[in-house]
Amino acid sequence: MIEDLILAKYNYWIYVTLMMIGFYAVIAKKNLVKKVIGLNIFSTAIFLFYISIGDVIGGTEPIYIHGEHVVYVNPIPHVLILTGIVVSVSITAVALALIIKIYEEFGTIEEDQILELQS
Amino acid sequence: METIITIKPLLAVLIPLICAVLIIFSSKHPNIRDGWSVAAGVVLFLTVLSMLPDILAGRVIQFTVIEMLPNLPIKFKVDAFGELFGLTSSFLWIFTTFYSIGYMRGLKEHAQTRYFFCFSIAIVGAIGIAFSANLFTLFLFYEVLTVSTYPLVIHNETPEAMSGGRKYLLYLMTAGIFLFFSVAAVYYYTGTTDFAFNGILDGHGIPVVMLKILFITFMIGSAKAAFMPLHSWLPSAMVAPTPVSALLHAVAVVKAGVFTATRVILYVFGVDLMGETGIGLMMAYFVCITIIVASFYAMTHDNLKKRLAYSTVSQLSYIVLGVSMLTPDGITGGMLHIPYHAFMKITLFMCAGAIIVTAKMENISEMKGIGRKMPITMLAFTVGALGMAGAPPVAGFVSKWFLLLGSVELNQLPILIVLLASALLNVAYFFPVIYTAFFQKPDKELTFGEASPFMLVPLTLTAIGSLILGIWPDAPYLFLELVNVAVRNVTTGGI
Amino acid sequence: MIFDNAPALVVIFPLIAAITVPIIGYYNKRLIPYYVTLVIFCSFIFSISNLRTVMQTGSISYTMGGWEPPFGIEYAIDYLNGFVSIVVIFIIFIVSIYAKKSVEQELPGRTINFYTVFLLLTAGLQGLIVTGDLFNVYVFLEISSIAAYALVSVGKSRDALMASMNYLIIGTVSASFILLGIGYLYMVTGTLNMADLADRLPLAFDERPKVVLAAFAFFLVGFSIKVGLFPLHTWMPDAYSLAPSAVSAMLASTFTKVAAYVMIRVMFTIFKPDFIISTVHAHTILAWLAAIAIIAGSVLAIAQTDFKRMLAYSSVSQIGYIILGVALMNQIAMTGGVIHIMNHGIMKAALFMVAGAIIYKTGIRNINDFKGIGKTMPYTSAAFTLVALSMIGIPPTVGFVSKWYLALGAIEAGMWVFVGVIMLSSLLNIVYFWRVFENMYFYRAEGGKVDEVPLSMLLPILILAALTFLLGVLALYPLKEIMAPMVQIILPG
Repeated sequence: MIEDLILAKYNYWIYVTLMMIGFYAVIAKKNLVKKVIGLNIFSTAIFLFYISIGDVIGGTEPIYIHGEHVVYVNPIPHVLILTGIVVSVSITAVALALIIKIYEEFGTIEEDQILELQS
Repeated sequence: METIITIKPLLAVLIPLICAVLIIFSSKHPNIRDGWSVAAGVVLFLTVLSMLPDILAGRVIQFTVIEMLPNLPIKFKVDAFGELFGLTSSFLWIFTTFYSIGYMRGLKEHAQTRYFFCFSIAIVGAIGIAFSANLFTLFLFYEVLTVSTYPLVIHNETPEAMSGGRKYLLYLMTAGIFLFFSVAAVYYYTGTTDFAFNGILDGHGIPVVMLKILFITFMIGSAKAAFMPLHSWLPSAMVAPTPVSALLHAVAVVKAGVFTATRVILYVFGVDLMGETGIGLMMAYFVCITIIVASFYAMTHDNLKKRLAYSTVSQLSYIVLGVSMLTPDGITGGMLHIPYHAFMKITLFMCAGAIIVTAKMENISEMKGIGRKMPITMLAFTVGALGMAGAPPVAGFVSKWFLLLGSVELNQLPILIVLLASALLNVAYFFPVIYTAFFQKPDKELTFGEASPFMLVPLTLTAIGSLILGIWPDAPYLFLELVNVAVRNVTTGGI
Repeated sequence: MIFDNAPALVVIFPLIAAITVPIIGYYNKRLIPYYVTLVIFCSFIFSISNLRTVMQTGSISYTMGGWEPPFGIEYAIDYLNGFVSIVVIFIIFIVSIYAKKSVEQELPGRTINFYTVFLLLTAGLQGLIVTGDLFNVYVFLEISSIAAYALVSVGKSRDALMASMNYLIIGTVSASFILLGIGYLYMVTGTLNMADLADRLPLAFDERPKVVLAAFAFFLVGFSIKVGLFPLHTWMPDAYSLAPSAVSAMLASTFTKVAAYVMIRVMFTIFKPDFIISTVHAHTILAWLAAIAIIAGSVLAIAQTDFKRMLAYSSVSQIGYIILGVALMNQIAMTGGVIHIMNHGIMKAALFMVAGAIIYKTGIRNINDFKGIGKTMPYTSAAFTLVALSMIGIPPTVGFVSKWYLALGAIEAGMWVFVGVIMLSSLLNIVYFWRVFENMYFYRAEGGKVDEVPLSMLLPILILAALTFLLGVLALYPLKEIMAPMVQIILPG
C-alpha cells in the first residue's frame, strides 16, 4: 500500500512537496527576494516533474547507436525544460531588476512596509 | 396592402440630424443657428406631410436602411398610426422651436448651442420611433430619445436639476434595458421583430405565462408613458426649462412611451391575442388606477408645472386605456388622444412658461390676478384646461367621447365611471388656476404684460388648433381620418 | 510568394524588428516610432492575408523547418484565431500610432527600450494566437507576459513597480499552472500538437481519467488568472491603472483577449465541448463565475474615483461577458462571446486612450475633477461619449451587438438568470459611465479654450470611436462570413 502510493511514485511526491514549499514562500513571505526565490523553487519543482516523466525504465541516453535496438528515455520533456529554464531565468531577472528599482524608490523590499508607503 | 418604397422616412429622420450638426458648426452665430432649427422644423413637417395622402389612401411607405444583424434590419415603415405620431410631433416641434428661441433669449440662458443641438436630436428620436418598422428600430430611437433629452432636463445644472436628471435617466434607462430584453425575447420566439397589423406573437406556441411576463416587461420598458408605479420621473423632470417640458412632456418623450405601449399592444401582441389571454382588460383596469390617482396627486401641488406633469400622467393613461379596450371606438379614442392631448398640453405648458418668463411666478397661489395682465395667455390656458376636462368644443371632448363609447361597447361600467370621475377631477384641479388668475385680486401691483411674440404666437396658435380639432374633428386630412385608417388596419389585420 | 509564409511572418516580423529597434535607434531615434508602426502595419497585412486564405481555402497548417506535425511545431490558423489575430494586431497598430506622443511625454529618453519591449509583446501575442502547439503557447505566453511586466513597471508613479511585481508573481504562478497542465497532457498522450492531442485525448481519458482531469483543472485556473476572471483578477486594476497610457490601452484591449482566445482554444479544440459539458461540468462553474465577475466588476467600478482604475474594473466585468458567452455552450452565445473579444478590445482601447489623452493634456485622473473637459477637449469627449454609449449597449453600436447575442444565447440556454445579469450590468454600466459624462459636460464649468491632444493621439481615438459605431451598423458581414463558420467549427451543434 505505502509502497504503491509513496515509494513507487516518489518523484511525484518530491515535486509536489517542492512546489508547495515554493508556493508557500510566494504567498507567505513578506520579503520580495524571498518571494522570487519561492517562485524559483516552484518552477524548479515543475522542471523536476517534467524530467521525471521523460524517464523510461531501463532506458539509455537518447543518442542514436547504429545498428542496435536499445530503449531510449524520452528526450522531449528534457528539451522542453531547457526552454522552461530559460523562461524561468528571464523572469527571475526581470523580478530582480524590479526589486532593485523598488528598493531605490521605497527604500525597502518588505511588502508590508511598501504598502504603508504607498499612497 | 400596397407598399411604396421611398426614402422619405429616412429623410425625415436625417433632416433634424443634419440640422443638429449644422447647429454645432454655427454655434458662434446665434441667429444662423436658430435659423437652422426653424428651417429644419418646417422642412421636416413638409416631408412628413407629403406622406399623408398615400397613407390616407391605405398605402404603407417603407424603407430599409441596412440589415444590421441577421433578420434585424434598421427599417422604417410609415403606417397610419406612425404617421399620426410623426405628424403631431413634427408639427408641434415648429412651435416649440419658436417658443424655445423666445424663452432662451428671454432668460439669456447659458449653453444654448447644446440646448438646440439636443433639441434636434430629440426630434430625431421621436420621428424615428414614429416611423420604425420593427421593435429593434424602435428600441434604437427610444434610446436616442432618452440620451438626447437628458442634457435638456438638467439644463440648469443646479444640484436640484442634476438629481432630477439622475432620476429621469435611471427610470428611462432601466426602461430601455427592459425593452431590450423584451425585444430580444420576441426575436427569440418569432425570429422577427417587424410590426404586423395582427400582431406577431400569435401562433408561435408561447406559453401564456410567458406572454404575460413579456407584456409586463414591455410595459416596464415603455416607462416613458409614465404608468403609475413608474411615473415619478415625470414630475422630477419638471426641473427642465419650460419649452423642454412642453416638447418632451407633452409631445416627444411621453408620447413616445405611449406610442411604444400601443405598438406593443396592437402590433406585437395583436388584438386577438390580447383579447384571448385577457391581458387587454387587465391592462385597462391597471391604467384606470393611474388615471384616478394621478389626478389626486395633481391637486396637491401648488407648483403649476408639477400640477401639469401629474395631469399628463393621468391623461397618458387615457390613451393606453382606450387602446387596451381593443374595441374600434376605444382604439379610436386612445389614438386620437395622442395628437389632441399633445395640442392641449403643449398649450398649457407654453402658458406656464410664459408666466415664468414674464411674471417670474411658478406657484399657482402667487398668480392672483395675472389674467388681467396676460389675457391672451390665460385665455389659451383656459382653452387647454377645458379640453383636459373633456368639455366641448375643445379637442379633448372628441377623444373622450370615443373612449366613453368604447367603454359602453365593452360593457365595462367601472371604466365608464372612471372616465367620468376623472373629468370631474380635471375640473377640480384646473379650475382653481383659472379662478386665481382671473378673479382674485393681486397682492401687489403687477408690472408686466404679455410675453414676447416668440412665445405668445405659438401658444395662441396651438390653442386655436385645439379648438379647431374639437369643432371639426372630421375635416379632411385631419387626425380622425388618419386614426380611422389605423383602426381599420388593426381590426381587420391590414387586409 | 511572401504571403505563403504569412502565418510565420505575423510573428517573426515584430520579433526581428524588436531586435533591430536598438540598432536603428543608435543612428536615429526619431525614426523608431514610424518604423515600429510600419512593422506592425506589415504584420497586420499578413494577418489579413491569413484570414483571407482561411476564408478561401480553409484552415492553414504551417510547419516550421520542414518537420511535419505532430512532430514539428505547427502554426494552425482557422477562422477563430485568424479573426482574433486581425483584431489584436489592428488594435496594436492603432496603439502604436497613439504611443508616439504619449511615450515622448511619459517616458522621455526611453523610447528605444519602450518600443523594443512593445514589439516583443506584439510578437508574443501574435505567436500565442497562431500557434498550434501547446508548449509553444507556454513559451509565447511567457514572452508576452515578461514584456507586459516590464511595460507596466515603467508607469509614472512608483506604485507601478509594485503593481508590476504583483502582476509578475501572479502571472508566473498562473503560467506555471499552465505548464503543469501541459505536462500532464503530455504524460498521457505523448504529444504537444493541439490537433493531435484532441485526437488522442478521448483514449487517454479512458485510461487515465484523473490525470486528464487534473490537467483540465490546471488549465482552467491558469487561464482564468491570465484572463482576469473575477476572483483571480486582483493583478488587473493595479497593472492597468498604473501603467503608461499607451500600455494600458494595449494590455487591456489585447492581452486578456488573447488569453481568453487561448482558453477557448484549449477548452473547445483540445478538450471538446462534450468533455466540458458531460464530464467536468466546467461550463456551469464558468458561467456563474462570469456572472459574478460581470456584477462585481461593475460594482467595484462604481466605487472608483480614478478614471483608469474604473476602466480596469470595467474590464473585469467585460471579461465576464466573454467568458459567459463561451460558457453558455450554444452557438448564439458563443458568437456573442467571441465577437465581444473584438468589440471590447476596440472599446477598451479607445477608453484607455481617452484616459491617456486627458492625462496627457491636464494630468487629471480623478473623475470628479473632469469638469469642463467637454469644452476644452471636445473631440476626445465626443469620442468618449460614443464609446461609453457603446459600453452601455445602446444600438447600433458594437456593444449592443455583443449584448444582443449574449442575451439571446442566455435565453437559448434557458438560463434566464443570466439575462437578468446582463440587464443589471447594463444598468451598472450606465451608473459609472454617466458619472463621467456629468463631470465632463455639466456642472457649469468655466469653459476654457479648446486645447486638444496632438493629432497623432486624437486620430487613433477617433478611428476607434468611429469603429464602435461602424462595426455595429455593419456587423452582418463579419457575423455571416467569419463568425458563423467559426462557431460551427469550435462548437458544432
